[in-house]
Amino acid sequence: MTRFILRRLLSSIPVIIGIVFLVFALARIIPGDPCEAALGERANEVTCERYAVAHGLDKAIIPGIFRVPGGAIEARPGEIPATFLDNQFVVFVGDVVSGDFGTSSKFGLPVTDLLIQRLPTTVELTLYALTFAIIAGILLGVMSAWRRNSFADVFTMLIANIGVSTPVFVLGLSLAYLFAIVLGDTALELPPSYRLSPGTDVPTLAATWGLEDLGGPLRSILDFMSNIYTFNAIARADWALLGDVVRHMILPAFALGTIPLAIIARITRSSLLDELGLDYIRTARAKGLRDRAVVLRHGLRNAMLPVVTVIGLQLGSLFGGAVLTETIFNLAGVGRAVTEAILSRDYAVIQGFTLVIAIGFVLINLLVDLSYAFLDPRVQQR
Amino acid sequence: MTAPVVLEPPVAGPVEDGRAGARPASLWRDTLGNILRQRNAVIGLVILSFFVLVAIFADQIAAYDPIDVLIGDEEGIKKLAPPCIHALGCPETMAEHYFGIDGNVRDVFARVVHGTRVSLRIGFLTVGFAIVIGMFIGSIAGYFGGKVDNVLMRIMDVLLAFPALLLAVAIVVVLGPGLLNAQLAIGIVAIPIYARVMRASVLSIRERDYVTASRALGESDLGLVVRRIIPNALTPLIVQGTLGVAGAVLDVAALSFIGLGTQPPDAEWGSMIGIASNSMFVAPHVVLFPGIALSLTVLAFNLLGDGLRDALDPRLNR
Repeated sequence: MTRFILRRLLSSIPVIIGIVFLVFALARIIPGDPCEAALGERANEVTCERYAVAHGLDKAIIPGIFRVPGGAIEARPGEIPATFLDNQFVVFVGDVVSGDFGTSSKFGLPVTDLLIQRLPTTVELTLYALTFAIIAGILLGVMSAWRRNSFADVFTMLIANIGVSTPVFVLGLSLAYLFAIVLGDTALELPPSYRLSPGTDVPTLAATWGLEDLGGPLRSILDFMSNIYTFNAIARADWALLGDVVRHMILPAFALGTIPLAIIARITRSSLLDELGLDYIRTARAKGLRDRAVVLRHGLRNAMLPVVTVIGLQLGSLFGGAVLTETIFNLAGVGRAVTEAILSRDYAVIQGFTLVIAIGFVLINLLVDLSYAFLDPRVQQR
Repeated sequence: MTAPVVLEPPVAGPVEDGRAGARPASLWRDTLGNILRQRNAVIGLVILSFFVLVAIFADQIAAYDPIDVLIGDEEGIKKLAPPCIHALGCPETMAEHYFGIDGNVRDVFARVVHGTRVSLRIGFLTVGFAIVIGMFIGSIAGYFGGKVDNVLMRIMDVLLAFPALLLAVAIVVVLGPGLLNAQLAIGIVAIPIYARVMRASVLSIRERDYVTASRALGESDLGLVVRRIIPNALTPLIVQGTLGVAGAVLDVAALSFIGLGTQPPDAEWGSMIGIASNSMFVAPHVVLFPGIALSLTVLAFNLLGDGLRDALDPRLNR
């Protein structure tokens, strides 16, 4: 087991190095002048030169490759030795390793602070959507397989087919219209935007627990958790806040969770049907086990492997959906932050956020892979 | 007693025809038969044929021009006006607009109908591009193995590590917004999937006896890959590709929705929904109709892809 984990860990190192380079390169080749984007009308030759020096943009991008004022990229092979270590890439890698993602040119805040503000929204949204998708998806899948070809099965699979085919933004907008306008002023009314009702004030956990003097990474983690409002509300036993948070999350989570739900339901159904056709199931039935025990205790447990794979694969598209869901429901999460940063050439934010997101994915995939080894010991031997 | 006599011919007939008849069963005829037996695939094909017809005859079906602003052409026309269909009780004095009017006083029906052309073309071109490049990378990696394989597949892993839509957004921003660049971005993002599928099939086919036999007969590496391996590795690619078309249509629409794909005033479903999303609460029809068209197209490709998979992959036959 240890060897399997180690080998899998080692194999993700080249991928992470590749991600760091790609993120760096993408941020540099995005056209447009970061100085003009940051300073707006105040941008002129003098201020831009000062800006470039202050942000290290006058250095070579990688050894021998420069960006000249105005945005064009220029190769100066003669300067490769001089810029071998003194270039933006080396500075970038050094900063990243020490946990410094730079300062947003648009907000004037450290990127780490922005991450602490924005990432919790996306994490919360994704967790709500995923929980909904997994629970409902597996339930529907099991029901369909158990009562195969019944009306419930055909109907569920029809809905699943429609579910995977409906774009997040179409479903999100329709839900918002249905629950905020059509059902407005009824008991079923749900808010179509923001994370909380207007005017709601959320005290930080640091303030509540008298930990405001705390600094360093521990404080960052505490603030991060504090911005996951569900966690915050539960930790402070603030049930009114929890209710408000959940009410605001229902529509976005439903919109975002529908596609993974449909996929999970389909894969659960076909995987469980595969299992139920095997000999050991017949044996279990033959020895007189009740139907429910056969399906749930024997069949379902063995049918979970492909389901876990699919859940892992869904995380990537779930994030893509989160960008759209955040746009529709006015949630200030990382997806929206990155698209906005790209449009305003906020290099530091683009780099920091995409890097954290991509590395987060590598780690999640790693966890999914490792979980196979626990679910199915045969995986290690391959 | 007469029953066996009655039953015999229909049972014997097809078997004899298939085995010893003048027309031997071919892969393609078998496959077509298999596909037509899949209910989902048939439903998908029917919906798809409908949209293809709509795309071909868009000019004849829509009475209005998709980008023509109707102010001044029609009296009393208002922006965001709801659908007006005479058969459903709309007064005869008003002009018929089946899907209503959008925020720029254009006929939504005409825009949805013309949007069909864009979406279908997007789907096929994007996936075609990704398949060709992915097939090339995958077969090189799978056939040569070793270092080449390692380097190529690690690059694919890096691409796969990014959420597809985010990477596509970044690529479009580098290339500049527009439909063609959006397609290119979605295509690039999809390459690793096809490269992986191709590599996996090449790995298994490369060891088959008929490949060894061809090599013994003096076939070159290129010949082996092009004539022996690729044709036999196509099935999973076709299945993945059909399902991929659905994803590509969705993703390009998503890019258009955030304003990076099709640029106004061109009619495309994603950008129509994006532009109209602000007026959703006053005029739901401007979002709903392109939304339904988009969902139906994606549904058709999904159903067809599922059906193809069941028909082409005997292991999955149940």
